[in-house]
Amino acid sequence: MQSLVSITDFSKQDILQALERAAEFEANPNQPLLSGKVVATLFFEPSTRTRLSFETAINRLGGRIIGFSDASSTSISKGETLKDTIMMVANYADLIVMRHPLEGAARYAAEISRVPIINAGDGANQHPTQTLLDLYSIQKTQGTLHGLNIAMVGDLKYGRTVHSLLQAMSLFNTHFNFIAPQELAMPKEYKQLLKSRNIAYEEHSELAEHIGEADIIYMTRVQRERFLDPIEYERVKNVYVLHNKMLQDTKPNVKILHPLPRVNEISADVDDNPKAYYFAQAGNGVFARMAAICKLLSY
Amino acid sequence: MKEEKHLKVSAIKNGTVIDHIPAGSLFKVVEILALNRCKSQLTLGNNLESKRLGTKAIIKVADRFFADDEINRIALVAPQAKFNIIKDYEVMEKRTVELPDTIVGIAKCVNPMCVTNHQPIPTKFNVVSKKDVLLQCCYCDKVTDQERLVIIKNE
Repeated sequence: MQSLVSITDFSKQDILQALERAAEFEANPNQPLLSGKVVATLFFEPSTRTRLSFETAINRLGGRIIGFSDASSTSISKGETLKDTIMMVANYADLIVMRHPLEGAARYAAEISRVPIINAGDGANQHPTQTLLDLYSIQKTQGTLHGLNIAMVGDLKYGRTVHSLLQAMSLFNTHFNFIAPQELAMPKEYKQLLKSRNIAYEEHSELAEHIGEADIIYMTRVQRERFLDPIEYERVKNVYVLHNKMLQDTKPNVKILHPLPRVNEISADVDDNPKAYYFAQAGNGVFARMAAICKLLSY
Repeated sequence: MKEEKHLKVSAIKNGTVIDHIPAGSLFKVVEILALNRCKSQLTLGNNLESKRLGTKAIIKVADRFFADDEINRIALVAPQAKFNIIKDYEVMEKRTVELPDTIVGIAKCVNPMCVTNHQPIPTKFNVVSKKDVLLQCCYCDKVTDQERLVIIKNE
């Protein structure tokens, strides 16, 4: 039995199969493969966007949904342990989608559950279906995952989406450009991973000068609370904002991705540029999640 | 030299002598092996001279013998320790400590947001470096190093 807790639970082959499947679902979104199946969506912390995306995916597959969107209305508020909740729900459902504020909660659930678990986010740790939809968006817009130039911008230290995307894209001979303030640079362990796989990367602190070669610009939010020194935040906060005029000399095929929600790191004047892809990217989440669900249930 | 050793910590007839414990780790070893609840004769020596460690600690426990998994539990705090098995005042066997590939329920995960620090779940680590004692949490993936290692108390 396979669960999807981290993107590394999927092999390169698994990822490629899932992306192919996602394209099939996009072409034909209503396929009642889960007819007669029950999927639990357990949101121990609220996340409306992710929950609606999963529930749309399950509905389009013809499955039924049980679950909760906020733990405060459940026995968890009476002190029920995570173990007991998972053991109980695994008796009812064929698959569990869970989001939890604590890191490692989904891995633990996968260890004790008798049905597959999909991690819909465990604190700041992993969110593998976000990575799957990022990969799907990249493949769909570039026609391939191989040999691309990806600029990752903003908070590369704490951003879980960039870490998971890096792990997955390093399977496809990607050239990485890390553009971040020093405080939020890509952690050493991820750079070591790239070295071990002979993957090239560059590190820069200027945004405008280093996006000319990019096929994908992956923007993330630079959050004030990540800085020990507020003066340092004030210094860099506007350095990592993408404006429409900065896209003039970029490649014609470049697409701008963002895991959303955005605050001010992409200026609103970019939204109408055909190179902006972040809203379509979010829409791809449903197909990527349909593919992940079917993969785990062997459909 | 030999005479001096005999004077400092008295010999036991049967049991185990745990030697080459770093001086700062004596009470952690006591904790991990639950020797605080041991009913047999127990001798602890701390801050003794050691050629190898500078200062060291030693534990002599009468009529008590340790299984391999118990021995390896102390590898986190005393990787160079030696277990001398004593029968009738003679050293019958010397056993070294080896850090296992996985560690269950001995150390706390360094990540305050890790599920094991909030739910009744035993910790579990993969040992990613035996030399530097780096433990990667099997749940949250964060790495705990020796400097930030906290041993879970035996209740």
